[in-house]
Amino acid sequence: MNVFQAIGSAFLAFLAATGRLALFAVVSTSHCVRPPLYPRLLGRQMLEIGYYSLPVVGLTTLFSGMVLALQSYTGFARFSAEGAVATVVVLSMTRELGPVLAGLMVAGRIGAAMAAEIGTMRVTEQIDALATLSTNPLKYLIAPRLIAGFTMLPLLVLVGDVIGVFGGYIIGVYKLGFNPGVYLKNTWQYLEFVDVFSGIVKAACFGFIVALMGCYNGYHSRGGAQGVGAATTNAVVSAAILILISNYIITELFFAK
Amino acid sequence: MNAAQPPPKIRIRNLCKRFGDNIVLDGLDLDIGVGESVVVIGGSGSGKSVLLKCVLGLLEPEDGSIEIDGESVIGLNAGERERINRKFGMLFQSAALFDSLKVWENVAFGLTQGLGKERGAARETALAKLADVGLTAEVAELWPAELSGGMKKRVGLARAIATEPAIIFFDEPTTGLDPIMSDVINDLIVKCVRELGATALSITHDLASARKIADRIAMLYKGRIIWHGPTAEIDRSGNEYVDQFIHGRAEGPIRMEVRAR
Repeated sequence: MNVFQAIGSAFLAFLAATGRLALFAVVSTSHCVRPPLYPRLLGRQMLEIGYYSLPVVGLTTLFSGMVLALQSYTGFARFSAEGAVATVVVLSMTRELGPVLAGLMVAGRIGAAMAAEIGTMRVTEQIDALATLSTNPLKYLIAPRLIAGFTMLPLLVLVGDVIGVFGGYIIGVYKLGFNPGVYLKNTWQYLEFVDVFSGIVKAACFGFIVALMGCYNGYHSRGGAQGVGAATTNAVVSAAILILISNYIITELFFAK
Repeated sequence: MNAAQPPPKIRIRNLCKRFGDNIVLDGLDLDIGVGESVVVIGGSGSGKSVLLKCVLGLLEPEDGSIEIDGESVIGLNAGERERINRKFGMLFQSAALFDSLKVWENVAFGLTQGLGKERGAARETALAKLADVGLTAEVAELWPAELSGGMKKRVGLARAIATEPAIIFFDEPTTGLDPIMSDVINDLIVKCVRELGATALSITHDLASARKIADRIAMLYKGRIIWHGPTAEIDRSGNEYVDQFIHGRAEGPIRMEVRAR
């Protein structure tokens, strides 16, 4: 009986937590499209997510592109299909690696920062103070972060895609001995609009997830420094898991036969 | 409770709030008249802060009613709550200044965000309010992290009065301050409340502070107001709980609860 009780309690707690998150997401998203908006805060968040994340995303995609070229060359050489390296690099970067790696890196960098900042505001009563000053905390704190995450990660991924392909080009041309013109031709020849577009859609989704989980965990943090620490960990872990799950779902929607 | 004339600014009836099995407010009744300064005293964990948060809409009570100017304020939607909260100013226990904003931006926040005032004009008002609490224009350009505890309280007070609210709440205004700074803050509270003609509700366990800023004192114990009366009468309340509390005695009717916790 106790086992069933424990399972039931855990299941109900899971449903309640899912419901709270869904409600938070819906109400916060509704504030993104209703005035007043806060352009200064939005600009600051866009800069933080889009511009200051560029070095870490750039480095990640650059080396991923380079590794991808090396590894795929090793594999394709066994079938005498080395010419497919450029195509594999560009398709992998635009469809999968660009958005997923950028999403995970931004989750570590931005999701954690959002959870820590908002969590500290919660435990030091700054969020209560916002409410007493006739300012809706969801509109003032959460909405700008959601908009910035949703809009800036696609731009970041576009830049990351280019850098990743460039990394593959460097290895392909300077290490593996491909002709530069042929490598670029192979890169463009089999690239379709949907490959890039699906990556952009993923990036927008991942950006929203990162901001949502950072804000949600920070907003509901309790218990001082320990609570803020737990919120930060939860924000990163939950965002990473949701990114991987939603990545599969979006891939299925775009490319399933 | 007294049936105050004219009708009270704040009327609380049968207010109940619990967290799990812990009953914090258990049928609390309290009236606060227009322009009156009421201080609620009580031990740590007695529910004083919960009372303020219920009135401000930060917590939703399980039962009871709260009326501001005769209007029920429980279960309001976000827009209506924002309208009601424009009547309030609040000095938080930790001052709760926004780390990411300069001192003057903190003070001007309610003017720019709450009332939609232009930034330049709001800055002028903020500097005037900072001067009212004895802080200079140089302090206005500092960040909250650069201030001492007493200065933070003063900035918090300036922020609370910046929009000239009709009702001001003070949550443990002197906690963590030395006796002289506590008295400075008490004087500022009395001055600001008088100048604004505001209704004030304070919570504290600092008796010196309560005696200075209150017209009337109420004692909260086990989720209810067990005694209330004019400040001058607290020393002859005839209530053994109040006597024990104001004299700070370990022995008395509150003893068991203190040790149990």
